[in-house]
Amino acid sequence: MVKQEEMKREKSAFAFVGRALACITIMIPTAALALADDWEINLPRGVTPMSRDIYDLHMTIIGILAVIGVIVYGVLIYTIIRHRHSKGAKAATFEKNLTLENIWTLIPFLILIGMAVPATLVMMDMDDVTGADLTVKITGSQWKWHYSYLDQGIEFYSNLSTPPDQIHGDAKKDAWYLREVDRPLVLPVNKKVRFVVTSTDVIHSWWVPELGIKRDAVPGFIYQAWARIDKPGTYRGQCAELCGVGHAFMPIVVKAVDEKTFSRWVTQQEKAHPAPRITQWTMETAMAKGKALFDRQCAACHQENGSGIPPLYPALSTSSVTVGAPISRHIDLVLNGVPGSAMQAYGPQLDDADLAAIITYERNAWGNDTGDLITPDQVRERRSTQRTRQDNNQP
Amino acid sequence: MTMPTQEDAIPEQPIRNGRRGLVGFLKHWLFTTNHKDIGTLYLCLSLTMFFVGGAMALVIRAELFQPGMKVIDPDFYNVLITMHGLIMLLAVVMPAGIGLANWMIPMMIGAPDMALPRLNNMSFWILPCAITLLASTIFMKGGGPNFGWTLYAPLSTTFGPPSTDFLIFSVHMLGISSILGSINIIVTIINMRAPGMTWMKLPMFVWTWLVTAFLLLCIMPVLAGTVTMLLADRNFGTTFFDAAGGGDPLLYQHLFWFFGHPEVYVLILPAFGVISQIIPTFSRKKLFGYGRMVIATGAIAFLSLLVWAHHMFTSGLPLGAELYFMYATMLIAVPTGIKVFNWVATMYRGSLSFETPMLFAVAFIFLFTFGGFTGVMMAIAPSDYQYHDSYFIVAHFHYVLVPGAVFAFLGAVYYWLPKWCGRMYDETLGQWHFWLTFIATNVTFFPMHFLGLAGMPRRIPDYALQFGDFNAIASVGAFIFGFAQLIFLYNVIHTIRSGKKASAQVWDGAEGLEWTLSSPPPYHSFQTPPKIER
Amino acid sequence: MAHAHSKYYVPKPSYWPLLGCAGLLTFFVGAAHWLHHVWYGPYLLFLGATIVIMMMIGWFGRVIHENRTGLHNDWVDHSFRWGMTWFIYSEVLFFACFFGALFYTRLWSVPELGGDVHPITHILLWPDFTDQWPLMRTPDNSEFTGPSSLGNTWGIPALNTLLLLSSGVAITIAHWGLRHGKRAVLIVSLIVAISLGATFLACQGMEYYAAYTEHGLTLNAGSYGSLFFILTGFHGAHVTIGATILTVILMRCFAGHFTPDNHFGFEAATWYWHFVDVVWLMLFVFVYWL
Ligand code: HEA
Ligand code: HEA
Ligand code: HEC
Ligand code: CUA
Ligand SMILES: [Cu+2]
Repeated sequence: MVKQEEMKREKSAFAFVGRALACITIMIPTAALALADDWEINLPRGVTPMSRDIYDLHMTIIGILAVIGVIVYGVLIYTIIRHRHSKGAKAATFEKNLTLENIWTLIPFLILIGMAVPATLVMMDMDDVTGADLTVKITGSQWKWHYSYLDQGIEFYSNLSTPPDQIHGDAKKDAWYLREVDRPLVLPVNKKVRFVVTSTDVIHSWWVPELGIKRDAVPGFIYQAWARIDKPGTYRGQCAELCGVGHAFMPIVVKAVDEKTFSRWVTQQEKAHPAPRITQWTMETAMAKGKALFDRQCAACHQENGSGIPPLYPALSTSSVTVGAPISRHIDLVLNGVPGSAMQAYGPQLDDADLAAIITYERNAWGNDTGDLITPDQVRERRSTQRTRQDNNQP
Repeated sequence: MTMPTQEDAIPEQPIRNGRRGLVGFLKHWLFTTNHKDIGTLYLCLSLTMFFVGGAMALVIRAELFQPGMKVIDPDFYNVLITMHGLIMLLAVVMPAGIGLANWMIPMMIGAPDMALPRLNNMSFWILPCAITLLASTIFMKGGGPNFGWTLYAPLSTTFGPPSTDFLIFSVHMLGISSILGSINIIVTIINMRAPGMTWMKLPMFVWTWLVTAFLLLCIMPVLAGTVTMLLADRNFGTTFFDAAGGGDPLLYQHLFWFFGHPEVYVLILPAFGVISQIIPTFSRKKLFGYGRMVIATGAIAFLSLLVWAHHMFTSGLPLGAELYFMYATMLIAVPTGIKVFNWVATMYRGSLSFETPMLFAVAFIFLFTFGGFTGVMMAIAPSDYQYHDSYFIVAHFHYVLVPGAVFAFLGAVYYWLPKWCGRMYDETLGQWHFWLTFIATNVTFFPMHFLGLAGMPRRIPDYALQFGDFNAIASVGAFIFGFAQLIFLYNVIHTIRSGKKASAQVWDGAEGLEWTLSSPPPYHSFQTPPKIER
Repeated sequence: MAHAHSKYYVPKPSYWPLLGCAGLLTFFVGAAHWLHHVWYGPYLLFLGATIVIMMMIGWFGRVIHENRTGLHNDWVDHSFRWGMTWFIYSEVLFFACFFGALFYTRLWSVPELGGDVHPITHILLWPDFTDQWPLMRTPDNSEFTGPSSLGNTWGIPALNTLLLLSSGVAITIAHWGLRHGKRAVLIVSLIVAISLGATFLACQGMEYYAAYTEHGLTLNAGSYGSLFFILTGFHGAHVTIGATILTVILMRCFAGHFTPDNHFGFEAATWYWHFVDVVWLMLFVFVYWL
C-alpha cells in the first residue's frame, strides 16, 4: 500500500497554503485592476423603468446568492483548515441527520420563492405591450436592421458603418468600432414605444442593454417588446443570436430625443427622399461608389475579392451572371434576389444609383473587365418591367 | 467482502499478455468484449478529443485576443465554435463518463462484466466512426457547419452549408451509440448486482449512472427525431421549421432543448457520482446523507426533463410559459443544493487530506456551486433578457462544465488510475497540474461574466473596443490552461509506463468492492459473485 | 440479480460489432452522398445496409447458437429481457418526438400564424392565412401548396387499424399455441399475423399513392403533409422491420427453436409488434381522426 502518510504530508500542507496564496495574489490584482480602470463589469442600470427593474432584480439575486455563498464557502474553508488529517484530525462517524437535511431542503426552497415573487412581477410588466404611443416594426435580415414606423409611414435600413479596413487592421479603429450605423433608430423619450420584431431570413435578436430589451426576431412570426425611455441619449446594442458570418457586424444604435426634436425629425423624413440627382456618371465614380457599397453590402458573402465561399456563396469573379449573361439578367438577379437562398432582394434596399454602381463594379472588378457601365436609368427600367417579389416577409 | 477466486476465469478468453504483434494488438482492441478494455478505449478517445476540442478553443481565444479580424475568417470562426461545442460535449465529456462507467460499474457491483458485452463493443466503436464523420465536415466544400452546437433552424436548414447533412448523420450515429450504451448500463445495474448488493447499498457513482442512462434514453431518441426533421426540411421540402408552410422555427428549439437541457445533466450527474466517491475517501468518513443523495439525483433528472424552455426566454414564449419554466428551473437548485450541502457535511469533521483527486473534488464544489449560482440568475426570466446569448452564459456553462464535469473526471483519473494500471501517479506533477488548471480556469472564465454583463454577445469573432482588456486576460488564461493539460498528459503516460507499484487498497480511506481487487484488477473480475456482508 | 452460484456467460471477443459499425458508417456516408447527388451515394448506402444485415444475421445467429447450446441461463435471459424493454422504451421516445411536433404545430404555431393567439403576426405577415387543421392552405401557398383534398379517415386508415389490431390478436394466439405446445396453432397464427402486417403495408402504399396523385398531399404540402409523412412513414418502416422479425421468428418456429418455456426471441418479437400496434392507434387518433 502506498501510504498517504509517506506522501510528504507536511510538505503538501505547506504547499497547499503556499499555492493558495499564490492563487489569491494573482486573482486580487486582476480584480483590483478591473475596478481601478473603471471597466464596465456590471449590467448597466439603463434608461427605462424596465431596465432598472431588471437591474434591481439582478442585484437582489446577487445579494442573496452572495450570502448563500459566504455560508457554504465559509463552512468549506473552515473544515479545510480545521479538519486536516495532517493536523491529526480524527474522522467523526456521523453519516446522516434528517433534521439537518430537511432544513437545507426547505430553506433553499423558501429562498427561491422569495426570488420568484419580484421576478414574476417584472416578468408580467415586461409582457404587457398594451397602451403604446408608437409602434416600430423591426425586421432583421442578414446583416442589417430594417425599421418601420407603422404609424408615421417612415422606414429605412440601418447598416454597420465601420469601414472594412478598420476591421482588417489596415486603419485605426475609432471609438465606436463595430457599434456605429449609417442610420440610427430615432425614438422619442417618455413615450411607450412598442416594438414588433420579425426577420426575413434567419433568427436574429434585437438587444439594447440600456433599454432592457432583447427580443428574438423569428422569421414568419412577430414577437413584441416595449420601452419607455426617460433620458435622451445614444444607446448601442448588437444582434444577439448567431445569424451567419455577419453576426458580429450587425449593431444597433438608438437615438432617444425629446418629443419636439422627434416630431421635427418625422416631418423631415416625410419630406426627404428626393430621387438623388446624379450629375456625372462616369466609370471612375461608378466604380469607386460601387466598391464602397459592395464591400459593405455584399462582401460578407461574396468576399471582397469576389471569390465567394463556394458552393455556399458563388464567386462573382468567375460567375456567368457577372460576365457572360445579358446585363438585364444581372440587374434582375440583384433586384429580386434568389428566393429560398441567402441572396436577398436588393431592389427594396438600395436606390437605382447604388445598384447601378454595384453592378458596374461587379462587372469590372477582379479581372471581369467587361467594360460595361450601367446607369441608374437602366436599373429603373428593369425595376418597372419587373414586379419586385411581393413576399409577405419582405419588409 | 471476500476476494473472488480467480481460478474460475473462463480459459477461452484471451489473456492480456497473450497477444503478439500488430495484428494481435488490433484484434484485441477492435474485437474486445471486456468492460475494462472498452472503458480504456472510451477514456483514450475522450482524452484525445479533449486536446482536439481544446486546440479549437485555443484558436478561438487567439482570434478573440484583440479586436479586429486577425487569425481566421468569420465563417471559419463559426465552424470552430460549432465543432468545439459539439466535440467537447459529445466526444469528450460523455465518453469520459461512459468510460468510467464501463470500468467501474461492474467492479463496484461485483459483476463479471457488463450485461451485454458485445453490444458494449459496438457502442464504443460507433463513436470514433461518428466523430470522424463529424470532424470531416470541416474540410468539406462550402465549409463546415457554422451555426453553433445548437443547430438552430433556419440557419442550419435553408442557410446551412452542404456539410450539414453529414453532421446530421453523425449525430444519428452518436445517438445510436449513446442509446445502446445506456441500455447496457441500465441492464447491468438492474441485473448484474452481486447477491446482497441491494439498491441502497449501491455506490453513489452507480446510482448517478443509472439515472443518467435513463435520462439518455429519454432524450437521445428525441434528438435523433429532431435532426431527422432538419434533414427533411433541408432535402425533402418539408416545412417543420418554416412558417411559410405552417411550421415554426421555435418548434426546433423546443425539441432541441428537450434534448439539450437534460444533456447537460447527463454530463454533470456522473461527475456528481465521482465527487461522491472521492470526498468520503479523503475525508475518511462515510458519505453524508446517502439516501437523500439518491433522491436528489433522481429529482434533478426528473426536473431536468421539464425545464427546457429556459433557453428560450427571449424567443417570444407566452407569459404563462415563461413563468412556468422560470419556476421549474429554479427548483433544480434545491436537489443540487442538497448535494452540495451533503458533500460539505461529509467533509465536516472528517480527517481530510489533499491528494490530487481530492483537490479536484474540492475545487469542483467551490466552482461548480459558483456556476450553479449564475445558473439560478439566468433562471430568473426577466434578468435572463439581459444575460441571454451574452458572454455571461459562456461564463456560466464553462463554470459548470470545466471546473464541473472536466475537473471531476480529471479527479476520477487520478483517483482510479492506480487501480486501473497498478501504478501510482506522480503526486508532485499532479499538484502542479491541479494548481495551474485551477488558476487558469478562473483567469479564463471569470472575466467572461464581466464581458457578458457589459453587453458582449456570444458567438462573435470580433468585438467593440471596450471589451478588449477582459478578452485579452481570458485568452492568456486559456493558453495556461492548455499548457497545464500537457502536464496531465505527461503524468498519465509516465504513470502507465513507469509509475511506482500501487497496492490494492491505494487510498487508506477508500471503501467499496473495487478496492478488494488487486491493482491492476484481474482481466476478469468477479467471475463468481463476491459475498457482500453487512 | 441474486442468481447465486450461477455463472454469467461473457461472450468471447467478436468481430460482429465492429462490422456493424463499419456498416452503419458506410450506410450514413452513402446516404449523405446520395442526397448530394454523388453517383456512388446509393451504392454506398446499399452496401452499408447489406453489411448491417449480414452483421445482424451473423450476430443473432451466434446468439441463437449460444442459446441452443445452453450457454444462456436465466440470468442471461434476464439481461436480454431488460435490454429489449429499454430498447422499446427508446423507440417510444423517438415517436414521442414527432407527436410532440404534431401537437405543437396544431395547438400553437398554426393558430399563431392564423392570428388566433396574437393577431399581430397574422395582420402584418400573413393576412391571407386562416387557422385550420388539417392545413389545406399554407401561409405561403404558392411556395408550399396545401393538399386539395384529404382521404377518408374511415376508409383505408380505419381498415388498417383493423388489420393491425387483428394481427396483434393473432400474435397473442400464436404465443398461446407456443406456450401450450400447439405447434399448428402457433404456425398458422403467426402466418396470419405476418400476412395482416403485409396487407397493412400494401394498403399504406395505396394510400400514399392516392395522396400524391389525387389529393396533392405531398412532402411539400406544408406542415400537415410533413407531419403526416414523417409519422406514417416511420411507422411504416417499423411495421416493415416488425414483419421481417416475425418472418425470421416463423422460420425459427419451423426449425423448432422454441420450447414452451424458452422462447425469448419469440416474445421480444411480440413485444415489438405490440409496440408498433400502439403507435398506430395513436396515429389513427391524432393524425387521421381528430
Ligand atoms: C454541466 C452542465 C450544466 C449544469 C449543471 C447547469 C446547471 C444549471 N443551469 Fe445551465 N447551461 C449549461 C450547462 C449547465 N447548466 C449550458 C451548456 C448552457 C448553454 C447552452 C447554450 O446556449 O449553448 C446553459 C444555459 C443555461 C440557461 C440558459 C440561459 C440562456 O440561454 O438565456 C439557464 C437559464 O435558466 C441555465 C440555468 C441553469 C440552472 C438553474 C442550473 C442549476 O442546475 C444549477 C444548480 C446549482 C446551484 C444553484 C448551486 C448549488 C446550490 C446551493 C448551494 C443551494 C442553495 C442555492 C440557492 C437557494 C439558489 N443554464
Ligand atoms: C465540456 C465542454 C467544454 C469545455 C471543456 C470547454 C473548454 C474551453 N472553452 Fe468552450 N464551449 C463549450 C464547451 C466547452 N468548452 C460549448 C458547449 C460552447 C458553445 C458553443 C456554441 O456557441 O455553439 C463553448 C464555447 C466557447 C467559447 C465561446 C465562443 C463564442 O461564443 O464565440 C469560448 C471563448 O472563449 C470557449 C473557450 C473555451 C476554452 C478556452 C476552453 C478551455 O478549457 C480549453 C483548454 C484547452 C485545452 C484543453 C487544449 C490543450 C491543447 C493544447 C495544449 C494544444 C496541443 C495541441 C495539440 C496536441 C493539437 N468555448
Ligand atoms: C447573405 C449572403 C449574400 C449577400 C450579402 C449577397 N449575396 Fe449575392 N448571392 C448569395 C447567394 C447564396 C447566391 C447564390 C444564389 C443561388 O443561386 O442559389 C448569390 C448569387 C449572386 C449572384 C449570381 C451569381 C451566380 O453565379 O449565380 C450575383 C450577381 C450576386 N449574388 C450579387 C450580389 C450583390 C450585388 C450583393 C450586394 C448588393 C450580394 N450579392 C449580396 C448570397 C449573398
Ligand atoms: Cu443577426 Cu446575429
Ligand atoms: Cu438548461
